Amino acid sequence: MLVRREFRKSVAVSLWFMFLTFPIMVIRINTMENTIEWRWMNMAYIGAATFFLSFLWRYGMERNAPVKNDTTDSWQERIGRTFRETPRVYYTFLAGIAIVSVIFPLIFSAYQTSIMTTALMYVSLGLGLNIVVGLAGLLDLGYVAFYAVGAYAYALLNHHFGLGFWFVLPLSGLLAACFGILLGFPVLRLRGDYLAIVTLGFGEIIRLILENWNSFSYGPSGISGISRPGFFGMDLNIHQSMIYMYYITLVLVIFTIFVVSRLRNSRIGRAWIALREDEIACQAMGIDKTTTKLTAFALGATWAGMVGCIFAAKTTFINPASFTFMESAIILSIVVLGGMGSIVGVILGAFILILLPEYLRAFSEFRMLIFGASMVLVMVFRPQGLISRVKQHYEFHAEETPSGVPR
Amino acid sequence: MKQMRPVLDVKGLTMDFGGLRAIDEVDLQIRQGEIVALIGPNGAGKTTFFNCITGIYEPTGGMIIIHPMAGESQKLTGLKPNQITSKGLARTFQNIRLFQNMTVLENVMVARHCRTKSGILGSILKGKRTRKEEKEMVSFSYDLLKRFHLEKQVNDLAKELPYGAQRRLEIARAMATEPFLLLLDEPAAGMNPRETRELDRLISRIRDEDGISILLIEHDMRLVMSISDRVYVMDYGELIASGTPEEVSSDPSVIKAYLGESGEEENA
Repeated sequence: MLVRREFRKSVAVSLWFMFLTFPIMVIRINTMENTIEWRWMNMAYIGAATFFLSFLWRYGMERNAPVKNDTTDSWQERIGRTFRETPRVYYTFLAGIAIVSVIFPLIFSAYQTSIMTTALMYVSLGLGLNIVVGLAGLLDLGYVAFYAVGAYAYALLNHHFGLGFWFVLPLSGLLAACFGILLGFPVLRLRGDYLAIVTLGFGEIIRLILENWNSFSYGPSGISGISRPGFFGMDLNIHQSMIYMYYITLVLVIFTIFVVSRLRNSRIGRAWIALREDEIACQAMGIDKTTTKLTAFALGATWAGMVGCIFAAKTTFINPASFTFMESAIILSIVVLGGMGSIVGVILGAFILILLPEYLRAFSEFRMLIFGASMVLVMVFRPQGLISRVKQHYEFHAEETPSGVPR
Repeated sequence: MKQMRPVLDVKGLTMDFGGLRAIDEVDLQIRQGEIVALIGPNGAGKTTFFNCITGIYEPTGGMIIIHPMAGESQKLTGLKPNQITSKGLARTFQNIRLFQNMTVLENVMVARHCRTKSGILGSILKGKRTRKEEKEMVSFSYDLLKRFHLEKQVNDLAKELPYGAQRRLEIARAMATEPFLLLLDEPAAGMNPRETRELDRLISRIRDEDGISILLIEHDMRLVMSISDRVYVMDYGELIASGTPEEVSSDPSVIKAYLGESGEEENA
């Protein structure tokens, strides 16, 4: 009965797809000979393929559905538990990652190192946005604005005053935080869709200012010749400085993970999560909505600012085209795909979303298609993201001082 | 008990929504250690009254004055909800408003926010003071949950709790802010008779052990009559009666508000 229904649905899907792709897949007009070629075989292929995929899809959905009320753990949870409960596995894994990430630029080519640096930058960006979107639940579509602020802060200060990278790095974080508060104030009363629209507008405003205020930002032509970070006064060639850049980014990522995980399980972090869960109850429990929102915006923006500074130093050239809405969308996708509020999830999301398109360059034509399809699939089968937030677990033993153990 | 000093004074509280007067010059007083019930038919303005006191709405007229046990009397009108909570008024909600995706313990820990003060830098560096504060927060919350018989579920998500336990958790969360006045909005809604009796004991215990005054909105008349010291009755935004449960239950205007005019029914 069920099979027959699924069969009928799949037939309908394949017919629909055959109809949809008819103009591009079947008809080909040969302009040289002024004839029309009818490639009916293509239609048959599409019909068969969509029928098969639809069946596969339905099978996947069928398997996915009962998991929700099933109490037995899924494989993700089992892996997670193994890590949390056997420290040896966990530390071995951690050490493995540490070793790989340290020797990575030494064994792989400059191209690979450069891609990996970009991926690491997006890890930081994702974790920063995770504070705003994942923890505090404020949908921010203009996150790239802070990224731009950081990048232009370094570019302009370097261009005009010759200030060095290490001096500007914290400064750009601070400046971005100020912009975060600047954005935070007018949107304090807004939630959800309305907030998303205003932040989207804010992102565009910053980009348009950078594009049009020629005397300040040199307009669309951007700023070139930004100096790379110095390494104790030594001159590095391009390859060396690329490796250096990789390590700087790596350190920033580790620092970000450290800070974000500390914040998440703190008084402030809990206030953010409470704000996300229920704004009215949150206020009724004595949490100041204003400061909580502003700290979330400011701290989220700080990371974007610092990564922006690194970005400017890495590429040595920036222009407004690097800070379009598409960037915001990608960073947001990293957070949503990886799992809102989960640090490991965001890291995984960043690697998938940044590395996948790079390594799919071989299939350049289908790159974005595969990219989009994989995002749709993840969202259908794991709407909570690849990895969901781990609960802070507390162990209590009778008459003993309690201890908090994250697991 | 009669001679107890007041902790909350509401004078001529009025709330207008555009042309609609939801609350019309309501006077209400709660004395220390008293359980006061606010009853009335649906739409009488009881929850609006709560929202005015707790700062969710800003009343268009009248005064709300608190007299905390320590410290001098203060005006509450115009303060933000979180400020009112830190002054010692805590509330629960008619439709449970827990932080669904946080654990039971975290729910209570959030409520400690206004009684703790580690900041951003402290949280990142996690110095001695922050660690100590965190530890105190955890043990305080755990002890509180034990009193509400929720200690076995500390690590469960709030949304995973059964209904009655969610109601208890909401009261526990409100208690974590260390209030001197607890406002309960229909705490027995959706509970079965056994759960209601437990709630009855729980509320009396909060009053007796912690000396907290309680104002509750409730529809369950048996609960109201058994635990409250005094009852206020509202209808169409106006206070129509007040007094002891016995006085109120025999008041003709209250009976009229609840059952309608007897003459009307006969005519219909």
